[in-house]
Amino acid sequence: MAVTREDVLHIAELARLGIDATRADELTKELSAILSHMEVLSQVDTAAVSATTIVGAGGTPLRPDVGVPGVSSAAIASIASAMRDGFFIVPRLATHEDSSENGA
Amino acid sequence: MSLDNYAQLGAAQIAAGVRAGETSPADIVRASFKRADEIGAGPDALNIFLHADEKASVAEAEQMQPRIRKTADIGVLAGVPVTIKDNIASLGLPTTCGSKILGGYVSPFEATAVARLRANGAIIVAKTNMDEFAMGSSTENSAFGPTRNPLDVRCVPGGSSGGSAAAVAAGITPIALGSETGGSVRQPAAFCGVVGVKPTYGRVSRYGLVAFASSLDQIGVLGRTVDDAALALESISGFDKMDSTSSDADVPIYRLAALGKPAPEARNPDTEAIRIGRSPVPLPPPPGPTTLEGVVIGRPREYFPESLDPEIGRVCERALDRFRSMGATVRDISLPRSPLAIPVYYILAPAEASSNLARFDGVRYGLRVDPGKGLKAMYEATRSEGFGPEVTRRILLGTYVLSAGYYDAYYKKAQAVRTLIADDFRAVFASGVHAIFTPTTPTTAFPIGAISDPYEMYLNDIFTVTANLAGVPAISVPIGRVRRLPVGGQIITAHFDEYAMFRVAYALEAGLGAEAHQ
Amino acid sequence: MSSGRYEMVVGLEVHVQLKTRTKAFCGCSTDFGAPPNLNTCPVCLALPGALPVLNEHAVELAIRAALGLGCRIDPVSVFARKNYFYPDLPKGYQISQFDQPLAVGGSVVIGQSDKGTDLRIGITRLHLEEDAGKSIHDRYPGETAIDLNRAGVPLIEIVSEPDIRASAAAGAYLRTLKQILQYLDVSDVSMEEGSLRVDANISVRPPGQTKLGTKTEVKNMNSFSAVEKALEAEYTRQCALLDSGGKVEQQTLLWDGAKETVRPSRTKEGSHDYRYFPEPDLRPLMLDTKWVDHARKGLPELPAARKTRVATEYGLPAVEVEQLTADPALAGYFEEVARAAGDGKAAYNWVMGEVQATLRAAGEQIAHFRVRPADLAQLITIVRDGTISHTAAKRVFALMVETGKPAAQVAADEGLVQVGDESAIATWVDEVLGEHPEEAARYLAGEKKLQGVLVGFVMKKSKGRADPKRVNQLLSSRGG
Ligand SMILES: [Mg+2]
Ligand SMILES: [Zn+2]
Repeated sequence: MAVTREDVLHIAELARLGIDATRADELTKELSAILSHMEVLSQVDTAAVSATTIVGAGGTPLRPDVGVPGVSSAAIASIASAMRDGFFIVPRLATHEDSSENGA
Repeated sequence: MSLDNYAQLGAAQIAAGVRAGETSPADIVRASFKRADEIGAGPDALNIFLHADEKASVAEAEQMQPRIRKTADIGVLAGVPVTIKDNIASLGLPTTCGSKILGGYVSPFEATAVARLRANGAIIVAKTNMDEFAMGSSTENSAFGPTRNPLDVRCVPGGSSGGSAAAVAAGITPIALGSETGGSVRQPAAFCGVVGVKPTYGRVSRYGLVAFASSLDQIGVLGRTVDDAALALESISGFDKMDSTSSDADVPIYRLAALGKPAPEARNPDTEAIRIGRSPVPLPPPPGPTTLEGVVIGRPREYFPESLDPEIGRVCERALDRFRSMGATVRDISLPRSPLAIPVYYILAPAEASSNLARFDGVRYGLRVDPGKGLKAMYEATRSEGFGPEVTRRILLGTYVLSAGYYDAYYKKAQAVRTLIADDFRAVFASGVHAIFTPTTPTTAFPIGAISDPYEMYLNDIFTVTANLAGVPAISVPIGRVRRLPVGGQIITAHFDEYAMFRVAYALEAGLGAEAHQ
Repeated sequence: MSSGRYEMVVGLEVHVQLKTRTKAFCGCSTDFGAPPNLNTCPVCLALPGALPVLNEHAVELAIRAALGLGCRIDPVSVFARKNYFYPDLPKGYQISQFDQPLAVGGSVVIGQSDKGTDLRIGITRLHLEEDAGKSIHDRYPGETAIDLNRAGVPLIEIVSEPDIRASAAAGAYLRTLKQILQYLDVSDVSMEEGSLRVDANISVRPPGQTKLGTKTEVKNMNSFSAVEKALEAEYTRQCALLDSGGKVEQQTLLWDGAKETVRPSRTKEGSHDYRYFPEPDLRPLMLDTKWVDHARKGLPELPAARKTRVATEYGLPAVEVEQLTADPALAGYFEEVARAAGDGKAAYNWVMGEVQATLRAAGEQIAHFRVRPADLAQLITIVRDGTISHTAAKRVFALMVETGKPAAQVAADEGLVQVGDESAIATWVDEVLGEHPEEAARYLAGEKKLQGVLVGFVMKKSKGRADPKRVNQLLSSRGG
């Protein structure tokens, strides 16, 4: 499957990467070239093969429901890009009611 | 012990000297920085260091002095200077992953591996240069300029742990921490003529390692000798309750493998405890000529292709002869699905990376570029200015293979083929092979700027990436030179059998002697 | 309502915050009302290098909820990353479950059909996930303030089958679900505090048509009644569309409570590509059967069962049982009183009457109510055996609330114990007749209807202590 310019613009949007027209054209070529090397996989019969998502057996370990100290507000402030009254501050989303579409 | 030949001292020698009171940690740290100056570790020369603070490191070393006097048991790395790849979180020095997007970022917490090094008496002298977010095989993708190979400054040191490999090769520190996703410790180790280890997935905690591809990432160690690497690895290995994917399997004393005997009975160390002072520091005797009696070494034909540089092939055959002369059996084997590893890797790793790097959004920390056109514009400006070309390329590649309509054809398919590649290794080890030997890389170090095509660069990982996909441990040891540039030989063993890996590596190192660097 | 030519088809997605001390994947507190970003750590701030570790109690509560809703628990479930950018989603992905959820296939009975068969709403799946933080848009002009105290708090998402055919049924489903979760004690289930959130998928189709119509997703409803109103509004909108020959387009709509209308949210559907993939930082969640069985044995009595039992055990009518069992704490209080007093009817009257009124007035929870069930039972008993009068009982109760003392003691202290003794009552009667000569004369002259008035005077004089029966007898004898 060759990557189209539209694909590149779509995934750049999904990945929140601003790319200009020229870069979009270059990336269309680069990604198509790289993905052409992946086609070999389509010839492998994996019908009866289970996927490896994580190496090693056993279930995930569980932690007891007990509190541990977090990061001090001072430490957060020292790394924060922009803070006010203890809040992280970001530019307003164009359509802020979209906040009700986020999260869980 | 004299510090005149500091650059030749092994970690165990330094620790022994400190314990014996022959020298002080502070003097050793000063010697390390002196060496760094002589060799030109700074940005204007080899560009190995991204962050270093001599005063702070010396002060830390001086604080150790009383502990040494009080107890003879202050850790197997007492006073040993170490360098840390810049994608491993450390207190004090910044953690920038070689990226503009984390420029100046200082982590408020420390990686478990770094904390365990300190608890074992090591002293951090610098954070080392790397390909941005560990994406690269040459350290040319650093936002802070490429690192040069100390053995030939026109060449790359390999990558992505190029700075750590160069620091060890240049004799600045006997050991260094690097990280692996597809060969990022072993390949630069091979290019710089040092030893590099990628442990079993889960052997070393990833807590504090900035994630690239979580199911492949593993902190690794670099050392001037096999013994340096063994000492470093056993001091950072073991379960960590902060990493759900870390293993609670026992950690043997890897240095005992130097005695050439099979692994000792598994004891039951408190896997939570950092094993301060474990393993006797005095050097074990070097392995004798017959120490590989009964050991079966596999030679996978897929890793010795027609296209392999004949000079590299010749050096590998010399190493295989040494194995035979030490009593090992060399058996021709096949890992038939290994040729599929690069396509699989370059689907899975970017896919996970596209998600792992989403947190770099300018909201809570790191770079923020705000054109004043709302939130989305801030995201896009921050990320396009903060990430370099290769990182951008891989984020897009990963987003593409995970996006609706392509998931099954790429991501899901690659996961299944990953299983097949791992099955090949399981089958070989089940058939009685104790260790697999291959060249670490298809070429020696190449000139800076020589490779511009992304996929051609990806092919540097062709012999190393399979161990990451299968999760098995692997080590690269110097086995000779071609056109005056180092060649690495790779030894791969079964999951959590680092002990056997070190046993074979110690033997090969001793068997080759000076030839390892000729 | 719009033309009944179409059938409403609704499925609900309910997010419920689990009652844990710490977050799902880190040790930060889940307490409400902490200063912004105080309950955070490297993990829930998504600092470089931090990793998640699953909270055992969150798993326990999710299992309990799944069992209580009759779901099948999968011994192996898998966490997945749901990828999207939002400033209150620190990692840029939410750790959730996707193609291998914790539990599937439950159901909830929301009532009986006129034929008496259960009305059942199926539950497709129940999975564990983490909450996002809070974005505050109205605090600073042109900017959004982010508080991550809630980021990483454990949630269960409960997805219903598209079995709901009316907005009222949706309300009934939500109320039943909330009640079950309250009985299971897995959550505070308060929509106001955001510990329960509802999104609705709705489509319409001509009756008889089996194929589902194009659905829209309605969000942003802040109460059960808002859900019902929003569904009606969207049903009407979709019917009107089809009537006018148009067709419904798949989209996300937001309920505007003030205008009581739905309006399209401005995000393009195309931009919703969450790129789910298995979370590589967590191995699969493996539940050993012993654990699940133990949880099953530990399940409390659920609302349906309790209603049946309360009805038979205390011989109360359905309506009263509904009121009493609405809230498990209230039901528990009632049952203790009823058992100790051996009188379900009286217990019902007190609990739903005085007790509820007092709680409402004081804005208190029954759990912390000063009058313990045993004391209220004692009050009921001493009224029954005539130790105090019904009139006095209310005062005694008020004083019990005030002082926290037991009924008998309050009655004694306040001298409210009824006096049955002839001489005392005779004295009061004589005094009353003396003080009201006119009424007395007319009564004794045979104006019997004045007896009630005179009894009233006597009760007043005796401060309610005189036994009304005796007073009547005495007056009759005088008048006779
Ligand atoms: Mg959800
Ligand atoms: Zn936290």
